[in-house]
Amino acid sequence: MRIEEIQIPGTLSTKEADLRTAFLNSVHLIPGGDKINGCIQCGTCTGSCPLSYLMDITPRELIALFRAGAIDSIIKSRTIWVCASCYSCQSRCPASIKVTDIIYSLKRMAMNRKVYPKKFPVHSLSDSFIKSMKSFGRLNEPRLMLYYFVKTGIWKSFSFIPLGLKMAGKGRLKFKASKIKDISSFKKIIKKAQEMDMPLEIAAQSYIKGAVGYKAVG
Amino acid sequence: MKYSYYPGCSLHSAHKGYDMSCKAVSKNLGCELVDLEDWNCCGATIYMSIKKVTSLAIAARNLALAEKEGLDIVTPCSSCYTILNKAHKYLSNSPELLDSVNTCLAEAGLKYNCTVRVRHPIDVLVNDIGLEIISMYVKKPLDGLRVANYYGCQLVRPDKGFDDKENPTSMENLFQTIGAEEVYFPNKLRCCGGMLMTTFEDAALKLSEEILDCAVENKADCIVTTCPLCQMNLEAYQDKINKRFNKNYKMPILFFTQVLGIALGLSEDELGIDKNFYKCEKLDEIYKKKVVEEETV
Repeated sequence: MRIEEIQIPGTLSTKEADLRTAFLNSVHLIPGGDKINGCIQCGTCTGSCPLSYLMDITPRELIALFRAGAIDSIIKSRTIWVCASCYSCQSRCPASIKVTDIIYSLKRMAMNRKVYPKKFPVHSLSDSFIKSMKSFGRLNEPRLMLYYFVKTGIWKSFSFIPLGLKMAGKGRLKFKASKIKDISSFKKIIKKAQEMDMPLEIAAQSYIKGAVGYKAVG
Repeated sequence: MKYSYYPGCSLHSAHKGYDMSCKAVSKNLGCELVDLEDWNCCGATIYMSIKKVTSLAIAARNLALAEKEGLDIVTPCSSCYTILNKAHKYLSNSPELLDSVNTCLAEAGLKYNCTVRVRHPIDVLVNDIGLEIISMYVKKPLDGLRVANYYGCQLVRPDKGFDDKENPTSMENLFQTIGAEEVYFPNKLRCCGGMLMTTFEDAALKLSEEILDCAVENKADCIVTTCPLCQMNLEAYQDKINKRFNKNYKMPILFFTQVLGIALGLSEDELGIDKNFYKCEKLDEIYKKKVVEEETV
């Protein structure tokens, strides 16, 4: 084991420290994001979640793990990919913690670090979505599904054929993508914005080095 | 009353019926919807979860366009409603984010000053136009139609402010006004699975099944919804749900504007009702009734 990897009890590894900075920076941008300090571990979020039975880390545990300095294990969990963004946890939290928005932040962090779940191809759906949107400025549903199936396995598309035919029969499938008129300036906006979307740990924020738990929350 | 109308991508393809009925109903009630010129996709939940500044910038482009017109945005899609609302909230709250987003928008000669309000048609109908006015326009009261009012997640959550987020009553009030009967429907705010229907079908089918089951148990004639994605999951995936859970559901899923349109005496073609997969027999009966002429005093 290399010297740097040996941890003094009660301190964070460099990797955890980096993740923590990125996470705190990201949470800082959410209006009311700092409320995460006020979690009383009551479990209302987990109890309200319609999908918590499928998660390896429940929403309450997610906040507990963040406090314990284990963001790495949160990012590798299936929890952040199972969330359907129904906002039940967020709207019921007695401490007004923005749980859903925090899960969004974690999803962003995982994607930036290319940590993808094998079973839930959320990132493939996102890639397909972005591809369709960037070229036309609007989303075209049949194209989105097509890109998605090409990425995740074309055999999946067979089970969608009856549905597709039914939709087409009702005139609800439009293959021709509608394009916005001012697509060139739309692309300029995206290009500029992506320059600003640098990974957040670059714009480092001060945090107490080596602190864990409540002290490190800031 | 005049609003800037932002249909969103799905209303231009898979949910044409919602688009048509929204326009027809508002025209009938004397509320003017002006199409937002050259709108772009709001970025939806998917974009929101992967890039921050980019997602805010593309949503803000729409807000900036509406601001130029000096009108509030009305959007029927729950997801667009959430995203545009959220973008507005984030930008009003954080000057640094607003700065970076405006730098991006400047590339297209636009600027956002955080003055636009983002509204949903149900909010406009109940709170701006008002139930009293609507009741004066009713031509065919929906007597005996049993509706399950399904709000879905993103219409009232996280903090939309126009209705209670645990027990909203806007739709109940509206349908009571036009003569329909509401059924006991405790699942009205339960998640349908949303975009998990594509990425994690097993979980989403289970959630949608619970909603359909609740409506059938309580003998609803139809489920009325405000969200295109909910409509899609509950209607288009009903075959799959029947197969998976060994059920035989044939539940019509209608948009609230379509049902309202029938009560206002509009034609089915105008409301795009034939685009739905399942026909609501009871609503069809009401539609075929003759309009009762007002008695002259």
